[in-house]
Amino acid sequence: MSAVEAVDLSLTRGGRAVLAGVSFAIAESEFVGVLGPNGAGKTTLMRALLGLVRPSGGTVAVLGAPAAFGNPAVGYMPQHRATVAGMRLRGWDFVAGAVAGHRWGLPLLDGAGRREVARVLALVDATALARRPLRDLSGGERQRLLLAQALLGRPKLLLLDEPLMSLDPHHQHAVVTLVRDLQQELGIAVLFSAHELNPLLGALDRVLYLGAGQAALGTVDEVITGPVLSRLYGSEIDVIRLAGRIFVMSGRQATERDHHSHA
Amino acid sequence: MLDYEFMRNGFVAAGIVAVLAGLVGYFLVLRGQSFAGHALAHVGFTGATGAVLIGASPLWGMVLVTVGGGIGMGLIGERLQNRDVAIGVVLSMALGLGLLFLHFFTAYATQATALLFGNVLGVTTHTIFALLGLALVSIAGLGVIARPLLFATLQPELAEAKGVRLRLVSVLFLALVGLATAECSQIVGVLLVFTLMVGPAATSQLLTPQLGWGLGLSVALALGQAWLGLVLAFYTDWPTSFWITALSGASYLVVSGWASSMTRM
Repeated sequence: MSAVEAVDLSLTRGGRAVLAGVSFAIAESEFVGVLGPNGAGKTTLMRALLGLVRPSGGTVAVLGAPAAFGNPAVGYMPQHRATVAGMRLRGWDFVAGAVAGHRWGLPLLDGAGRREVARVLALVDATALARRPLRDLSGGERQRLLLAQALLGRPKLLLLDEPLMSLDPHHQHAVVTLVRDLQQELGIAVLFSAHELNPLLGALDRVLYLGAGQAALGTVDEVITGPVLSRLYGSEIDVIRLAGRIFVMSGRQATERDHHSHA
Repeated sequence: MLDYEFMRNGFVAAGIVAVLAGLVGYFLVLRGQSFAGHALAHVGFTGATGAVLIGASPLWGMVLVTVGGGIGMGLIGERLQNRDVAIGVVLSMALGLGLLFLHFFTAYATQATALLFGNVLGVTTHTIFALLGLALVSIAGLGVIARPLLFATLQPELAEAKGVRLRLVSVLFLALVGLATAECSQIVGVLLVFTLMVGPAATSQLLTPQLGWGLGLSVALALGQAWLGLVLAFYTDWPTSFWITALSGASYLVVSGWASSMTRM
């Protein structure tokens, strides 16, 4: 059984086709980086895996069943929102709010719920952090709490939407390492979307590169090449490898803008 | 002080409303929808004066319009964001229409003052039962939606993925806000609903980051401010609504000053 299996999958967003007839399969304990230019459909693909966007064509199966919303086996960390950073609520309540949060009733946790919150906080080493208000935490610390929240209910597939956005290189590295360690320890599949490839190098099993309605899945060496990316960007792309890092260039411009190239 | 029936009624009515306002207000502030309470109060004024005009009870006229308004706001939802001019225009029109209704109902300027600024000392036993019934319905409703409401407030995208119907939860909550607004208007009037719904809840969120304590503290502050306002009004003969707004505002300002000095340290 695959964690994700897309067959001839087409997705549209706002009437515009973002994926047109793509097929790929992700194995059950793979760490896959989802990359591609803005608007290539990284978030739309995740929303389709969550059952929030219906395919306009083809099928997508998650853990052997058609993607459907409310699947407890899928963990999800949405893209960073500024409102979370401003909340005065402490981390524990923020994480606990997601425990069985779809059920009607009072937001009170029983023993099992409290143990589950304690378990996920321990997994990301955020037990002490969770006593502080969200607004007093750094971006990297908040990401750990969001990751803990995504791990509630022991998901077999984890979807992380741009967890590195607005983090400095040091914290980016810490998040990637933490996710990689968790993925190996728990033996789960992870889809990790990002703007830049370099922070993920060394942690990834494979790359799912989206662009121009198409997708390419493979190892970094297979996918991050001039011919493959030229097809996905629809223009001439050069790939330059330098000191263990990779730069994707369109003409003379780096398409993945790496603000931290000196780091 | 408690020898007077109007004072006893005032304490009971203010108590009922403060508990409801503290609970609903906490979620309202957490969701960043504070102005929804203010907006619903404005349209509620039209409902109340319209009801008076046709000879019905202003409380029920207001309840009808605020609950309807809340449901409407929930349905329109995100399209309301960044539409402050449109919202302002509609709210002003609602108040203007309310004024027109009052004009047709010539006799009572006191009625207008009571609706706008509240008249807790004029609450009858009959009204108390109505307030109690509405408060119980609202609190029970909040108890039913509290968990998905909290989830949807903290992490809407994740909540949606886990099966929370965001639109439904938002509509139900704003209907409850409508009820709470109509109740608050009976105590402090439509123009000062903010003082009971938002003041105590916002102060509480500055004081504690814990959800459970925060809700309790929000209720305690609303109750304390409403009752102390009544006591002060009794001894000074100044309007009750003035004292409640003064206590609510002063608590918020003192606490937020203290909180920001703590973060600077």
